[in-house]
Amino acid sequence: MAKHHDANSEPARSREGLLKQFFNATEIDTRILGMIVALLLVWCIFDVWSGYIRPNEGLFGGSFLTPRNLWTLLVQTSSIAVMSTGMVLLIVLRQIDLSVGSMLSLVAVATGVLQVYQLGPALGVGHPAIWILGVLACLTLGTAIGAFNGFLTAYAKIPAFIVTLGGLIAYSGVAFLLARGETVAPMDQNFGIFGGGIASSWLGPFWSWVLAAVGCAAIVRGIVNGRRQRQRFGFPLRPVWAEVFLAAIGSLATLGTTWVMNSYPWPPGVIEKYAKSNSIAIPPGIENRDGKAICMAATQVVHCNEGLIYYTGFSLPALIAIAVCMIMTFIATRTAFGRYIYATGGNPEAAELAGINTRALTVKAFALMGFLVGVSSIISSARLNAATNALGLTNELYVIAATVIGGTSLAGGVGTIYGAMVGALMMQSIISGMSLLNLPAAYQNMVVGGVLVLAVYLDQLYRRRVN
Amino acid sequence: MAEVKTPLIEMRDISIAFGGIKAVDRASVDLYPGEVVGLLGHNGAGKSTLIKVLSGAYKRDEGQILINGSEVTINNPRDAKALGIETIYQTLALADNVDAAANLYLGRELRTRMGTLDDVAMEAETRKVMKRLNPNFRRFKEPVMKLSGGQRQSVAIARAIHFNARILIMDEPTAALGPQETAQVGELIKQLKADGIGIFLISHDLHDVFDLADRLTVMKNGRVVGSAHVKDVDHDGVLGMIIAGKVPRGATPGPGALVG
Repeated sequence: MAKHHDANSEPARSREGLLKQFFNATEIDTRILGMIVALLLVWCIFDVWSGYIRPNEGLFGGSFLTPRNLWTLLVQTSSIAVMSTGMVLLIVLRQIDLSVGSMLSLVAVATGVLQVYQLGPALGVGHPAIWILGVLACLTLGTAIGAFNGFLTAYAKIPAFIVTLGGLIAYSGVAFLLARGETVAPMDQNFGIFGGGIASSWLGPFWSWVLAAVGCAAIVRGIVNGRRQRQRFGFPLRPVWAEVFLAAIGSLATLGTTWVMNSYPWPPGVIEKYAKSNSIAIPPGIENRDGKAICMAATQVVHCNEGLIYYTGFSLPALIAIAVCMIMTFIATRTAFGRYIYATGGNPEAAELAGINTRALTVKAFALMGFLVGVSSIISSARLNAATNALGLTNELYVIAATVIGGTSLAGGVGTIYGAMVGALMMQSIISGMSLLNLPAAYQNMVVGGVLVLAVYLDQLYRRRVN
Repeated sequence: MAEVKTPLIEMRDISIAFGGIKAVDRASVDLYPGEVVGLLGHNGAGKSTLIKVLSGAYKRDEGQILINGSEVTINNPRDAKALGIETIYQTLALADNVDAAANLYLGRELRTRMGTLDDVAMEAETRKVMKRLNPNFRRFKEPVMKLSGGQRQSVAIARAIHFNARILIMDEPTAALGPQETAQVGELIKQLKADGIGIFLISHDLHDVFDLADRLTVMKNGRVVGSAHVKDVDHDGVLGMIIAGKVPRGATPGPGALVG
């Protein structure tokens, strides 16, 4: 947003000095920067606070800034984060979907019933086709329900708030009926890789580093390409130091995240099972309660600090969330579909007059939301290894809260995908942090609700200052 | 204009009603290449509604639209644009939250070979067009809501003329402009006329119409009061048509003319 001032602020520039020049040159969105700083601050506070209660190996002696907690945080955030990217586009389009939580339950239960009661007995438990069909069913059903919501909104002209409020109530009823009120479990064992709870859903340090290297290369390539394009047309360029700075920051963030993920060891129980089933020798050692590894004390397998140890690297749900964030950012900024969503949200009448079929656009946006609910239902049911009609309960509130904390305006036309991701992380951080402090769930709800309202208030103050 | 036989566009007996109220009642207008036709009338006279039928914003209940003598179907703005009919709306109809290039190309974006938006090419083209229309325009990266009234107007005009329009509809194009910018729009209209583009100019301002238009048509209560060549009538005569529906000498009466 800082870049919007450069045309009319020649005298102001010298007055406001270096910091302003820096933001102008790098074109960093100061709003998102503020959110990231706030997020890091929250993390530090939780780490210090939890350290007072029970010292641990965190950065400031607490339990929050540990690889284990940050790794878990990413896994826990992934389901909400995936859905919030779709909610950004809907809210930008001046629509809303209140039914995502119930839709998630319905999709999970319906495909759970398919996996457990239909495909399992028919194909034999553990058949490789089961998880593939399960995934396809989730994505298809989600997309279909989303498109149905969109159709009622766009063509029957029922306000989205009402359509999806009805969906919120009705879809959970359907889910209850399908599951007959029971928990559908266990899911197919291969399906479990989407939950991040089993060894096969962890990428491991080597491939995590490879992925990080690819990510860094893509960042550099993107910056070089963008510069070349602008050069070709003779547009104003960013200073070279700003380009180098952006490439360095992007790469450092990628490598840092990877390093943290690669520092989280497998839980000892999982190592033990893995070692036994692959007949890997367990080295001898002395038991240690805070152990990350396993070793043999006499004839017993025990927890150790040094011994047999594996590191998880990125988990599949976290990777899915990161991939969804990148794809959705691409859709929002680089495709005509995304451009139409923003333009229609900014001025629906103008979009209509420009020849955009805003009704079809609305259906597509809702269908995309439904598809992402399908993705999240895969993550959620795989993580729980079960589907229940309460699986997505209150998810709609967290998805909308993450979107709004991330700077999406309910008036439409304004919002970013990465903002919603940071919003989702912020909310999950507060929930996780407060559970680390052993504060009751009631306090968690109070704080999350307060943060939502505070975030929107601060955002308004910020916008007033910028404009 | 007399030597051109077929009108570029002819709207015959157009009617449209909203909730039982006839906003436009059997109105007919025509337009020849390189001609400016002024549409005059009070607020609610039906001129904007008639023109929105042509631009595809409204669908007519009755009547025909002919381009170069053959009947065409216009059911939505896309149809109108495909026929080379471009409109500059009084409200400008800009998406305020996106930049000038995104507005210029809204609905007909340039794509890369991969099918993604070619923002760089669109910005380059926008810079070229704006250089011609408004050489002082610099704020290509900002959402148009941050631009001044004149700058926004020039974006709307650029959008209308960039895609080889044959027929241009201008709804109160100078309402939000200062004297200098108004003069610029006048110059632009003369330039477009020379290119053979037909222009419908909707205006409250008699002076504008007398300065820029070749012919004028006056509407009242949804009906055409009369039409005239600008040189055959004077200000008072036109005012009489607008206010009382009285058709002066030199003008051709329409179905809405005051009888007697």
